[in-house]
Amino acid sequence: MSKLINWFTEGRSSGQYTLPFVILLLGVTVLASAANLLLPQDSALYVSTYSITLLGKYLCYAMLALAVDIIWGYCGILSLGHGAFFALGGYAMGMYLMRQIGDRGVYGHPELPDFMVFLDWQELPWFWLGMDQFWFAMVVAVVVPGLLAFVFGWLAFRSRVTGVYLSIMTQALTYALLLAFFRNEMGFGGNNGLTDFKEILGFDLQADSTRVSLFIATAVILSLVLLASQRILSSRLGKVTLAVRDAEPRTRFIGYRTERYKVWLFVYSAVIAGVAGALYVPQVGIINPGEFSPINSIEIVIWVAVGGRGTLIGAIIGALLVNYAKTRFTAIMPDGWLFALGALFVLVTLFLPKGLMGLYGQLQSKRRQSAEQEVQS
Amino acid sequence: MSALENSLQGLRETFRRDQVWPFLIDKQSKVDVSNQMILYVEGLNLSFDGFKALNDLNLYVNDGELRCLIGANGAGKTTLMDVITGKSKPDAGSVYFGQTHNLLTKDEADIAQLGIGRKFQKPTVFEEQTVFDNLELSLKTDKRVIQTLFARLSPSEIDRIDEVLAIIGLKKHRFMKAGALSHGQKQWLEIGMLLAADPRLLLIDEPVAGMTAQETERTAELLTSLAGERTVIVVEHDMEFVRSIARTVTVLHQGSVLAEGTMDQIQNNKDVIEVYLGEEAAEA
Repeated sequence: MSKLINWFTEGRSSGQYTLPFVILLLGVTVLASAANLLLPQDSALYVSTYSITLLGKYLCYAMLALAVDIIWGYCGILSLGHGAFFALGGYAMGMYLMRQIGDRGVYGHPELPDFMVFLDWQELPWFWLGMDQFWFAMVVAVVVPGLLAFVFGWLAFRSRVTGVYLSIMTQALTYALLLAFFRNEMGFGGNNGLTDFKEILGFDLQADSTRVSLFIATAVILSLVLLASQRILSSRLGKVTLAVRDAEPRTRFIGYRTERYKVWLFVYSAVIAGVAGALYVPQVGIINPGEFSPINSIEIVIWVAVGGRGTLIGAIIGALLVNYAKTRFTAIMPDGWLFALGALFVLVTLFLPKGLMGLYGQLQSKRRQSAEQEVQS
Repeated sequence: MSALENSLQGLRETFRRDQVWPFLIDKQSKVDVSNQMILYVEGLNLSFDGFKALNDLNLYVNDGELRCLIGANGAGKTTLMDVITGKSKPDAGSVYFGQTHNLLTKDEADIAQLGIGRKFQKPTVFEEQTVFDNLELSLKTDKRVIQTLFARLSPSEIDRIDEVLAIIGLKKHRFMKAGALSHGQKQWLEIGMLLAADPRLLLIDEPVAGMTAQETERTAELLTSLAGERTVIVVEHDMEFVRSIARTVTVLHQGSVLAEGTMDQIQNNKDVIEVYLGEEAAEA
C-alpha cells in the first residue's frame, strides 16, 4: 500500500510531457542539422545556416524563459531583471571570444582587444586575466550571475521584500548594470560591446559546421536543464516552492526558512540565464550593453506568460513562438513590434491566463460548462 | 563613569550563574516541562502606533492542558499568538517554551521546529496541491534546502500521513486538490497539518468559524482528544463551543488577562460580566 502511494505521489507530477518534448526537440535538432550539412544547397529540404543560427538563438531565449518560469511560475517571484544574468553570462563568453581573436584584430595587438588599444590602455585589466581559457570563462559565466543573484536575493528575501517592490528592484538592478556597462572605463567595450569574434575553441565561427555544433550544443543543454528542472520541481523542494508561492506565511509557520528556498531557486534560475547568455553570444556574434535594457527583461516575462507560466515546456514554447513572430513581424513592420507585443500581453492576460499550455484545460472546462447548461435547459 | 558601570553591568550579566550562554544551549534540546508548565508568558507589552495591543500580559499554560482564550475584538488574542509564534516581537516581556527555550530570540521556522503549531483564523492551506502533499510538507522532517531536495517519503512517514488523514476524516480526499475542499474540510486539513508535525503546543485560532453544527461537534471531539498528550490553546468566539471543550478559560481584555478559571467561574466573575458578557447580561 505504502509503495503504491509512493509511486502515485512520484508519478502524479506534471512532468509526463517532458520526456516526449525533449525527444521531439532533439529530433528536430538532428534533422535540421542533417538537412544543413548533408543536403545540397538547391534541395527543397535544405535548411540554411542563417536559419540554423536563428533556431539556436531562439533556443537560447527559450532557456532564458525557462529560467524566468522557474522562479515566476513556480515560486511567485516576478523578476523583471533576468536579462542582466543573461547578459553577464554573455559577456563572460564574449571576453573569451575577444581573447581568442589574438593578434588578428584591426590593430594587431597580440594581447589587448581592439577597443583597449583604441582607448590607449597599456595592459589587460585584472578581470580579463584568465579569460583566454575556455573553461575559466565558462566558470565565470556561471559563477558571476549566480553570485549576483545570491547577494541580491539574500538581501531582498531576507528583508522579506516581495511582490511589485521586488520586481521594481530587479528592474533597477538591470538598469544600473546597463548604465555601468555603457561606460568605456568599465573595460567591457562600452557602447559597442564585444564583437568581431573569429573562432571558438579553435573552430571558425563563420563555418557551417561550427554553427551547427553550437545549435546542437544549445539544444542538448536546454534539454538537460529542462530535465533537471523538472526533477527538482517534482521533488519535495518543488512542493515547498509551490507552497511559498501560494501561502508563504503558512510555509514559514510549518518550519521552512522560506527565504533560503527563494535565494537558492533564484541563484539556480540566474545560473541558467547565464548559461543561456554564454550560448547566445557566439551564435549572434555580438554582446553589448543593450542586452541589459529593462525592455528585454520584460519581454522574457511576456514569452513565459504566452506559453503558460508554471509549465516549463510552456515557457519554451512561448519563447519560440513569440520570437518567431518577432522575426517575421519586424521584417514587415519594424516600428510596430512593441505595440504588437504589448497587445499580445494584454490579450494573453485577459483571455489566456494560463497561457497556451492552459488552453486545452480552458477549452475542456468550457465544453463541460456548455454541456451542463444543455442538461439544465 | 556610567560607561564603566554599564560595561561592568554587562560583564556581570554575562557571567550570571543562573543562566547558560546561548551558544552552549543545544538547539535541538527537549522541551523542559519538569515544572508541569509548558508556556510562560510574562510582562508582555506591545504597542502599534500608540495602541497597546498587549499590556503587561501574563499567561502560564500547563503541559497537556486545553486552554481557551476568549475576549472581544482587539483584546490581543491574535497578537499574543503572533508573539508566541515569532511573527511579532514585543516591546518588553518574555516568552519561554518549557524552561529553557526563549521564544523571543527565535524566528518562525525555529519556533515551528521546536514543536509549536499554529492554525490561522482564515484557513490557510496550499490550495494548488493535494491533501496528501499538504500533509507531506508539514511532516516533522529536516527542513533545510538540500535535505528537502533529496527527501523521500519513508514508509513510517506515509503511515503517519494515513493516520492524520484518518483523524481529520479526509482519507477519501487524499489526492484531491486542497483548494477544492469545503471550508470546514480546509479547517480540518489545517489542523491535520499541525498534527502531522507532531507538535507539543497547538495554537488554534477560531477553529469552528464557518462550520456546520455537526462539524463543530466533531472538531470539539478532536480537540479534546488531543489535549493531554499535547497542549492546546484555542481562541474562539463561539461560547457554546468554548463551554463544550474548555476546562480552563482565560479572558483577555485590552491586552491583559482579566480573569482565569473554569467556565462557571468565568461566567460568574463580576469583571467579566461587566466588560465582556456585559451586553448579553444586560439584554437578558
